[in-house]
Amino acid sequence: MRAVPDERGRFGDFGGKFVPETLMLPIEEIERELTKALADERFLNEYLQVLYEYSGRPTTLTFAKNLTEKFNGAKIYLKREDLNHTGAHKINNAIGQALLAKRMGKKKIIAETGAGQHGVAAATVAARFGMECIVFMGEEDVKRQELNVFRMKLLGAEVVSVTSGNKTLKDATNEAIRYWVQHCDDHYYMIGSVVGPHPYPLMVREFQKIIGEEAKRQFLQREGKLPDVVVACVGGGSNAIGMFYPFLEEDVALVGVEAAGKGVDTSYHAATITKGTKGVIHGSFTYLLQDKHGQIIEPYSISAGLDYPGVGPEHAYLASTGRVQYDSITDDEALAALQLTAQEEGIIPAIESAHALAKAFQIAKERTKEEAVLVCLSGRGDKDVQTVMNYLQGGECVEVINY
Amino acid sequence: MLKLSTTNKTMFIPFIVAGDPYPDVTVELALALQQAGASILELGVPYSDPLADGPIIQRAAQRALKHEMTLKKAIELVSLMRKKGLKIPIILFTYYNPVLQLGEEYFFALARKNNVDGVLIPDLPFEESGHIRQLSEQSGLSFISLVAPTSRNRIKKIASEAQGFLYCVSSLGVTGIRDTLPNELYEFLAEVKAHSRVPVAVGFGISRSEQIQTLKDHCDGVVIGSALVQKIEQLADCLKQEETRKDALIEFQQYAQSLVEPLQCNEMR
Repeated sequence: MRAVPDERGRFGDFGGKFVPETLMLPIEEIERELTKALADERFLNEYLQVLYEYSGRPTTLTFAKNLTEKFNGAKIYLKREDLNHTGAHKINNAIGQALLAKRMGKKKIIAETGAGQHGVAAATVAARFGMECIVFMGEEDVKRQELNVFRMKLLGAEVVSVTSGNKTLKDATNEAIRYWVQHCDDHYYMIGSVVGPHPYPLMVREFQKIIGEEAKRQFLQREGKLPDVVVACVGGGSNAIGMFYPFLEEDVALVGVEAAGKGVDTSYHAATITKGTKGVIHGSFTYLLQDKHGQIIEPYSISAGLDYPGVGPEHAYLASTGRVQYDSITDDEALAALQLTAQEEGIIPAIESAHALAKAFQIAKERTKEEAVLVCLSGRGDKDVQTVMNYLQGGECVEVINY
Repeated sequence: MLKLSTTNKTMFIPFIVAGDPYPDVTVELALALQQAGASILELGVPYSDPLADGPIIQRAAQRALKHEMTLKKAIELVSLMRKKGLKIPIILFTYYNPVLQLGEEYFFALARKNNVDGVLIPDLPFEESGHIRQLSEQSGLSFISLVAPTSRNRIKKIASEAQGFLYCVSSLGVTGIRDTLPNELYEFLAEVKAHSRVPVAVGFGISRSEQIQTLKDHCDGVVIGSALVQKIEQLADCLKQEETRKDALIEFQQYAQSLVEPLQCNEMR
């Protein structure tokens, strides 16, 4: 299982390189340099050093005592990626790729962003490593995420508002790739998730697997065994791959949680594996939301980070082999889990992470007290406070949730 | 299968989008381009996420998708063009995902049945296209390959498998209108020609007579897309209405003719 992807960048049938000819050379260059870097102790040490000294790793493992008592089932543990610098797991990947870009002599970074988390992470590392950064963001998201746009600008990045297509993450990614095609001689494209053409899904996994490696170690130390279930949310799927990868060969159930939006039986969801079909998006063969003619459909979720019509090819593969089980959680369920976690544990999770929490609560209820569920709390919810307020009609109806 | 000779005059290869501004008007536009001296027609299939295309062709795709154009309907449009008197070869330009959803085998059967001569898939590079090239060959269609300024040591292997003609991407970037073409283009074209057994056409950004004048002796064909699609966009309202359509088609044909005038006074090379 660990041999994937093969030399063609395929995870089983999934993955590959479906890009215009112009990008084949830049992609091959990245692949060559990545292979060398991952085998280079100095590179890996520098990556870890930056994670420890700059991003505050290792992130802690928190036993959710109150939530565990409330559900009266399996123990609930949280891997606290929200405690990273910039507030989410996105920085792990941004640091790794910035170091790779530096190694390749590239001084200009291109990034795409939906809600702005990856854009902020890219702008942050660009500032730290003395690089220029241009971030593509859909016009709709620019309006919705005013503060993150300003945050990126404050960090010295240029933010391009994308007006093509539906003006959201899918279109921002298209535009970032188009810009890369034009500027591939001196720009490095820093993709934010385990999506895109090979070697990106492999690379982003390698830079995110520290989540699972740390969590495994911390959990063993604390409980003297491995968890029974590991849960993470899946948009493109980088925090989930990072969390799952070190557990793939262990006797541990793995559950990926997609966004069901207003319900998977409506047309308002982003449940790509649950409801999608196979096809090519952003350079990769995977599951996606599309019509029967192969036109890509705009997804919906209250969470901007899960609002993506594709999914990483390795997830598509893990779904096809049955190693990982993929479920979905609605907007309402996620928002209830968010409030409950805030009230019980004093932690406001990102709405993305709240999808994983909601699923974990369902699982914990059905399991015994001897068992344990480990959740990847991928980011903090500060960025979502406005969205939550709007959802709760101005915040007037915040009260103790009876879950 | 396209049988083209490299000794003829430099070919004019126009690109338009099926269904832009309306499916039946696309047929008329194709005929106008034949009148204007086109050697091959590149018929674009609209796609929601065209990674290799700039804003002009993106907008054309959006217009065509509003009229519910699909890959299947675009292929069937070719039959209609033939019925109306289009004789020149037709290359279908489509992204890979619509082909996958239609089914690769069915796609080629349908293309063959409707007299399509070749297919170009911009997001299917050499390494991923083995199976499709085989299917294409079995169906008697030409699979058009692309080389780009970044192809370098890939040129040889791509050229060795080229069918119909070899499509050179003029410069880094997506389709669109460029004021200038890079100086290195001529060296690049010479290198590609040295490796290619089939005619070499150049496209991306070519939109002016002067560019065509300078390019014509360095290649076997020029592809003009965005400039024509932009003209269609400007004429869209007139093309829509019965009363003004005829004049608009004449204007379009004259525009195309004037654009490629340098190719008409071609000497035999």
